[in-house]
Amino acid sequence: MAKASPSRQSAFHVLTGLFSLPAGARLGIGPTIAAAILLGIVAASVCAPLYVPYDPLAMDSLSRLRPPSDAHLLGTDQYGRDIFSRVMTGGRVSLLIGVGAALVSVGLGLAIGLVAGFFRAADGLIMRIMDSLMAIPAILLAIALVALNGPSLGSVIIAITIPEVPRVVRLVRSVVLTAREEPYVEAAIALGSSMPKILIQHLMPNTLAPLIVQGTYICASAILIEAILSFLGAGVSTEIPTWGNIMAEGRSYFQIKPGMIFWPGLLLSLCILAINLLGDTARDLLDPRLKKREG
Amino acid sequence: MFGYILKRVLATIPVMVIVAIFVFLLLRLTPGDPAAILAGDAATPAQLERIRDRLGLNDPLHVQFVTWAGQILRGDLGTSLISNTSVSGMIADRLGPTLNLAVMTIVISVLLAVPMGVIAAWRHRTWVDFLVMSFSVLGFSVPVFVIGYILIQIFAIELRWVPVQGYKPPADGIGPFLARAILPALTLATIYVALIARMTRASMLEVLGEDYIRTARAKGVRENVVLFRHALRNAAVPILTIIGTGFALLISGVVVTESVFNIPGIGRLTVDAILARDYPVIQAMILLTAGIYVVVNLAVDISYSLFDPRIRY
Repeated sequence: MAKASPSRQSAFHVLTGLFSLPAGARLGIGPTIAAAILLGIVAASVCAPLYVPYDPLAMDSLSRLRPPSDAHLLGTDQYGRDIFSRVMTGGRVSLLIGVGAALVSVGLGLAIGLVAGFFRAADGLIMRIMDSLMAIPAILLAIALVALNGPSLGSVIIAITIPEVPRVVRLVRSVVLTAREEPYVEAAIALGSSMPKILIQHLMPNTLAPLIVQGTYICASAILIEAILSFLGAGVSTEIPTWGNIMAEGRSYFQIKPGMIFWPGLLLSLCILAINLLGDTARDLLDPRLKKREG
Repeated sequence: MFGYILKRVLATIPVMVIVAIFVFLLLRLTPGDPAAILAGDAATPAQLERIRDRLGLNDPLHVQFVTWAGQILRGDLGTSLISNTSVSGMIADRLGPTLNLAVMTIVISVLLAVPMGVIAAWRHRTWVDFLVMSFSVLGFSVPVFVIGYILIQIFAIELRWVPVQGYKPPADGIGPFLARAILPALTLATIYVALIARMTRASMLEVLGEDYIRTARAKGVRENVVLFRHALRNAAVPILTIIGTGFALLISGVVVTESVFNIPGIGRLTVDAILARDYPVIQAMILLTAGIYVVVNLAVDISYSLFDPRIRY
């Protein structure tokens, strides 16, 4: 696989090489179904404005808390808004938060991790800070951050990102610590390559495979945490529907209108399930050693 | 051994110091006037001044830190901005329900998850294994509160076996306590079971391939003794580690579960404080949960040698 000489290949080659199956290996039925479900949900959410029958924000005081009917596929909520339209549109923001949080935490974690792994002087302090951040429960830290910074989309993404960064840093650091002892890195140092060049061209490609796996897990957990933040009242403001705040608004009407929690909950769970399964598959493909361990 | 424990205990000090600095800066470095953030939009200048005065926000940053750290070190967590009572008192009042819930959850989780993981590894690649792994993946994918509402819907609303919400301390009778605590504990246990079962299975799979397991079987040791005495003991360290690191997950879960089931514990206290921007309570809770996390993981580290006598310090 690409591991043989990562420093010689472009990022594109590394990426395509990573996902080429070993000869004779076949993807099981599980990952295929997971990919199909995920693609379906992503497509349905992204295209939601094209097909949903109602404006997800349009209130109608005459038809509140209606049961499912031909006019309203999943019924209406306490403001008379169409639940189906809200759930499908809400998926867009939830997925955006997932992808956004994954990209930001991987980016930040990569930068900090490279520095910690390569510069011994910075390592001790950086890792102590990361240990401390990991000691604070993620949800608690995230709700505190949203409460202080306001319920905007960006602030929610940052609040979800900060608790995830230490895990990425640890991962990148451990990869860099192993890779920096490799002869090609020593050679590059001996040849007088500049520090940024060594970090980016020689060390960074090694982190790509584990980061892709970690990134998918972060994406899944970010969607989950968004839902929890909204549920606790510290999520994106309710003018922007997300799976999380639709469920949060459904709390008080749970006994008469369980669909407000179950439908977004179902889509969200399916989505996270699919992302996690694909993450596991990517991990097995990228690191056969781990597969043996996990069975 | 003693030297090792001392070293580990000392190593927790920098972690807690950094957590404290972080909590201190969290409010002060937030863009905007901290007092205005805490007071909300409709605050009068007098209210703002009161908050500034209360939190010492008028002093220079380093002076604020020294006063603040001094108070924390003396065990003074400050007074609530909302109820004007001492934060440590508020936490003490709410600790009982949360502790009961957490202990029940851990007991249920370990009793369920460890056998599940052992059996899945023992019957590797059979339908039992598949079932355990499916449950484990599912446990990670469904939000805690959705699990809570599904359980309420089934057991409280449809079957009417238990009350929907609420809390009764064990002092009011063990029956009423258990009736109200069982659903929250199961809700909270789901993700923990998923986590521990997965790790137990992975760790057992590794151990079951070892020579001494084959030897034990060859000399006719009963299979359950092989599994639980020979194999599980050797597989224990990663399982213990995950119980420790999973503790952060448990604390997060408590916050959500207490909101779903209306339990007056420290989780609810935290959420209410955050929504009301009661900063002294928020910072106390972050310090407290981080402290608990650090202590639990310290205990886990030290307990390794009990389960695996090969580890000696």
